[in-house]
Amino acid sequence: MAFQFTPAQRDQIEQLCARYPTRRAALLPVLWIVQAQEGWVSAEAMEAVAQVLDITPAAVYEVVTFYTMYERRPCARHHLQVCRTLSCWLRGAKQLTKYLEGKLGVRVGGQTPDGRFQLSEVECLGSCGTAPMMQVNGRDYYENLTPEQVDKLLDALK
Amino acid sequence: MEPILTKNWGKPHSRSIQTYLAQGGYATLKKMFQMSPEQVTEEAKRSGLRGRGGAGFPAGVKWGFVPKNTGKPIYLCINADESEPGTFKDRAILENDPHMLIEGVIIASYALGVRTAYQYIRGEFYRPWEMVEQAIAEAYQHGFLGQNICGSNFSLDFYQHRGAGAYICGEETGLIESLEGKRGMPRIKPPFPAVSGAFGCPTVVNNVETIAALPWILEHGGEAYAKIGVGKSTGTKLWSVSGHVNRPGVYEVPLGIPFKLFLEEYCGGVWKGRKLKAVIVGGSSVPVLTADEAFAVTLDYESLQGAGTFLGSGGMIIIDDQTSMVAALENLAVFYHHESCGQCTPCREGSGWVEKILHRLYHGEGRHEDLALLQDLADKMQGRTICALADALAMPVRSYVTKFRTEFEAFIREGRSPYPAPEWQG
Ligand SMILES: Cc1cc2nc3c(=O)[nH]c(=O)nc-3n(C[C@H](O)[C@H](O)[C@H](O)COP(=O)(O)O)c2cc1C
Ligand code: SF4
Ligand code: FES
Repeated sequence: MAFQFTPAQRDQIEQLCARYPTRRAALLPVLWIVQAQEGWVSAEAMEAVAQVLDITPAAVYEVVTFYTMYERRPCARHHLQVCRTLSCWLRGAKQLTKYLEGKLGVRVGGQTPDGRFQLSEVECLGSCGTAPMMQVNGRDYYENLTPEQVDKLLDALK
Repeated sequence: MEPILTKNWGKPHSRSIQTYLAQGGYATLKKMFQMSPEQVTEEAKRSGLRGRGGAGFPAGVKWGFVPKNTGKPIYLCINADESEPGTFKDRAILENDPHMLIEGVIIASYALGVRTAYQYIRGEFYRPWEMVEQAIAEAYQHGFLGQNICGSNFSLDFYQHRGAGAYICGEETGLIESLEGKRGMPRIKPPFPAVSGAFGCPTVVNNVETIAALPWILEHGGEAYAKIGVGKSTGTKLWSVSGHVNRPGVYEVPLGIPFKLFLEEYCGGVWKGRKLKAVIVGGSSVPVLTADEAFAVTLDYESLQGAGTFLGSGGMIIIDDQTSMVAALENLAVFYHHESCGQCTPCREGSGWVEKILHRLYHGEGRHEDLALLQDLADKMQGRTICALADALAMPVRSYVTKFRTEFEAFIREGRSPYPAPEWQG
């Protein structure tokens, strides 16, 4: 079935649009609404977003592809994003990533066959003083990670 | 020292409006509404407060560039993008004391004649975004945002705008493009945002830490603020410290304290009893200092500039003597290449080449000409692009290769690093 906004979402979108002098300015927040619901942003959803904001589908597409956080394909249930940048690297982020690759049996960029985990490396998450760290599902930061904590976390994420 | 920015951190419920009100928060607004907007700007100028986002330009002076009476709305954008590697101090403000920031937003907006202010916050800061949303809702409920604030005839709306993962959206014109619903590609200046920024209207972009200092400045007066610090480096600064120290974290200190004292007293010294090898003082984009250079500086704009680097965002990264500087630079090159928006050839191609050369060097296939090639690339990148992202890679490249040249040469000669990759302490 084609992607459609619910009436409640349409209201939410109108409220967002009222915050800005142009409708287009609501593009990023509207894409967040889509992703919160679907888990990713499909071509169909991009069409719907273009229509509701009165812009071209190309304008939506170029934004979706510019930003790293909009997913263009369905994700695994849990997305583990390890920070790889300097401060984290100095405190062993590379080893943390290797540890996760070993535990999950996937390489960076991959998903476990059961669709439970997806592993990525990302750039500095603004948590450099609590390295090494990772973000889970685009929401929660897990900081000062130890192998034991990683084990516990993976068990908890069903 | 009396803390200015961190005074509520660690208190129970420090981010709730009740806690903020209980310690006298929002009280300065009454005083402010007795003043004219020009007087408020004057107070900011008198304080000498400089932008804490990286460039260090005096905040009050920047506000003065906004043309009045153009008939267009004026916008204020709070820069909470905080994507500079090594920098995590704004997040600490958002999480610990969002009302101090909101009060600052009201002050700056009043001074500038702003009716709508936005906070641009990086998409990864989901929890901080939620916390600030909550604080904004509380501020509306208590009449500090919305119509006729505190019974004055000043009205202000404040909204958050979430980014979606792109370092370049911290650059002020990239931020504005992203706010307008586009790719965050920086604009050619002039026109400067103060004249034509968001939606073609006069716009001021200020960092979170800059704005958060305003309530104190208004309460105690600009002169009191200017008395803290040294020379033109007035007030206190948040340093976010990471890397090889015993106590990483965010520390507020008056500008001008010696680096050595800061490292030892606040950060607990270099970890594992090791020696200091290098320091990046202002976030990953500034030239690196050797240990000797670092021990000679004080932490303020002038002293650091004198040492050939910048205070930047205050994102301090400490590197111990067991670390390979070649590997560290390679790590940064990957970052800058990934984050280049691609508009300018020197940045897009240059960062790619720098990454490629460092990558082969790191994997034992370096050639001696590579060092000259890196220097040459850095020279061709710096100062030739729309924004300063290209410089932000060129400056580290030049400083690492110059200051740690023998290490790069040995690496090329031996085909491998004498230093092991950093271990995971766990
Ligand atoms: C590539 C690049 C990234 C930047 N990232 C940030 C950032 O994340 N946060 C920030 O406040 N300023 C950042 N800046 C600086 C802003 O362009 C701008 O100078 C600053 O937000 C102004 O605020 P201030 O006057 O309060 O310092 C960045 C600049 C460049 C060139
Ligand atoms: S210098 Fe780099 S990041 Fe900045 S505008 Fe040019 S290509 Fe984009
Ligand atoms: S370097 Fe990992 S959070 Fe900043």
